[in-house]
Amino acid sequence: MRNVAIVGIGHSKFGKRLDVSLPELAWEAIKEAIDDAGIDSSDIGFISLSNVGVWSSEVSPAAIILDYADLNPVEVIRVETACASGSAAVKAAYMAIASGQVDIAMALGVERMNEMKTPEVIEILARIGNYFWEFHNFGPTFVGYYALFATQYMNKYGATEEDLARVAVKNHYYASFNPKAHFPKKISLEDALNSPYIAWPLKLYDCSPISDGAAAVILASEEVARKLTDSPVWIRAIEGATARANHSKREDLLGIPSARIAAKKAYKKAGIDPENPIKYLDLAEVHDCFTIAEIMAYEDLGFAKRGEGYKLIREEQTYIGGLIPVNLSGGLKAKGHPIGATGVSMVAELTKQLRQEVERERQAPIEKGMALAHNVGGTGHYVFVTILSLHKP
Amino acid sequence: MSEKEEVKGLPVILDKKTALPLWIDQRVFPLQYYIPIKRIENFFKGLREGKILATKCKSCGRLFFPPQMDCPKCKTRDMEWVELSNEAELVSYTIIKVKPKTFGHYEDYIIAIGKLKKENINIFAWLKTSDPSKIRIGMKLKLVVSERLPEKYLVYEFVPAEDL
Repeated sequence: MRNVAIVGIGHSKFGKRLDVSLPELAWEAIKEAIDDAGIDSSDIGFISLSNVGVWSSEVSPAAIILDYADLNPVEVIRVETACASGSAAVKAAYMAIASGQVDIAMALGVERMNEMKTPEVIEILARIGNYFWEFHNFGPTFVGYYALFATQYMNKYGATEEDLARVAVKNHYYASFNPKAHFPKKISLEDALNSPYIAWPLKLYDCSPISDGAAAVILASEEVARKLTDSPVWIRAIEGATARANHSKREDLLGIPSARIAAKKAYKKAGIDPENPIKYLDLAEVHDCFTIAEIMAYEDLGFAKRGEGYKLIREEQTYIGGLIPVNLSGGLKAKGHPIGATGVSMVAELTKQLRQEVERERQAPIEKGMALAHNVGGTGHYVFVTILSLHKP
Repeated sequence: MSEKEEVKGLPVILDKKTALPLWIDQRVFPLQYYIPIKRIENFFKGLREGKILATKCKSCGRLFFPPQMDCPKCKTRDMEWVELSNEAELVSYTIIKVKPKTFGHYEDYIIAIGKLKKENINIFAWLKTSDPSKIRIGMKLKLVVSERLPEKYLVYEFVPAEDL
């Protein structure tokens, strides 16, 4: 297998983007990524598209986007692993290069969720689970699924609604310095605690928003990357795992087993000690679709012991200056969560962090040159953990 | 979003907040699926008799709920139907306040995961209770067949054991 580097990144403004259509939104990220890589669009040998769709009108969006962006006759595939689809796109592009099939590939994630009204979008999101045996009779929302985790977690370990709110406060704080975030504004602990319940015990401010957005990354083989840039960011590992679809079949709802497995595989491949991953990492972007998910991620990734993740946020250890800064982009919570774009956005964001190109207030000190992305589809139905590094494998 | 047409001669509205023009899709159709249940028909027959049935692999003894007619481990279709016990313990729950569109006509509902003590498997279902303030993780529940209203179809749900 060949080494694979990130040589270009593009990122649209996330938010309720009623000003652009799906291909127009995709183009914002594609254009930026091609310019950043310094290539011609005809140099791209393969594209993987992540778009979950249903809430937007195009049924087969790849063709429409390629046509708009004048990318034909490039080979394309579309991938779907729910909210982890973006990482699946990065993995597909990574494999196309690692295997020697092509020298330059693009992973593109784009989602226009606000093409339907909110109750319909909530309905479609809720159907990501087991439609017949969970949704049809019992109507869980996606918040509802994570609320089942929150209830069990808080009951067993003694975490509080205030601990959950602290995650939202941190992520909004960093989003306030990210002009591409859906909600670039700070919130107080009181704002979060006083927001209404959506699915008890989770409140409005425990939830990521319904966002539109696009992100793109251009990957290249080592030989091509050397010609294109002096500062390639290497994909040291991108490893996935899956877990039981029906929530009744999970051993417990205290964490995400597939995240633990994906992390273990990724740590092994990247040469990271799974007992002390923090020692190797400058920062992480984790899948905080709901605040409880960020706390469980701390544990599943080995940043904290099982049952102690909430103490990391209580002690502000995931701010810059703490043990490991997490979600300096604002996270899904405040940067936004256009679900097909999220995984690609995480990789683009960490590349920018490692290059030390993000806004000063949210730039992590880069000392070890390594960063981690944790992207969850469903409630762990699919998980990818990606390790990026300034150092070649 | 305003419902009325605001641009003459075109199905275009101006978003209330941003005044951005949006084309209203004119090709609206209901999304309704017809899902095959032939191989698990006994499950639904069971509901009509007040029973909640699971399948069990005759070869390895593995219990499946929701029921499935293939054992992926033994690669056999040789399954038997077994009735589940109804004594359960509450594992976790949530109260759905903001509902999906097709559940908008229900009052706030409680979704629970309950563990069947005898079979040691979990069931995902509504928990119907007269007093939500009494809900505690670990409380005793009964799994019962009930009629879902207003649709009038049979479904299974939990009730607190002490309510029976």
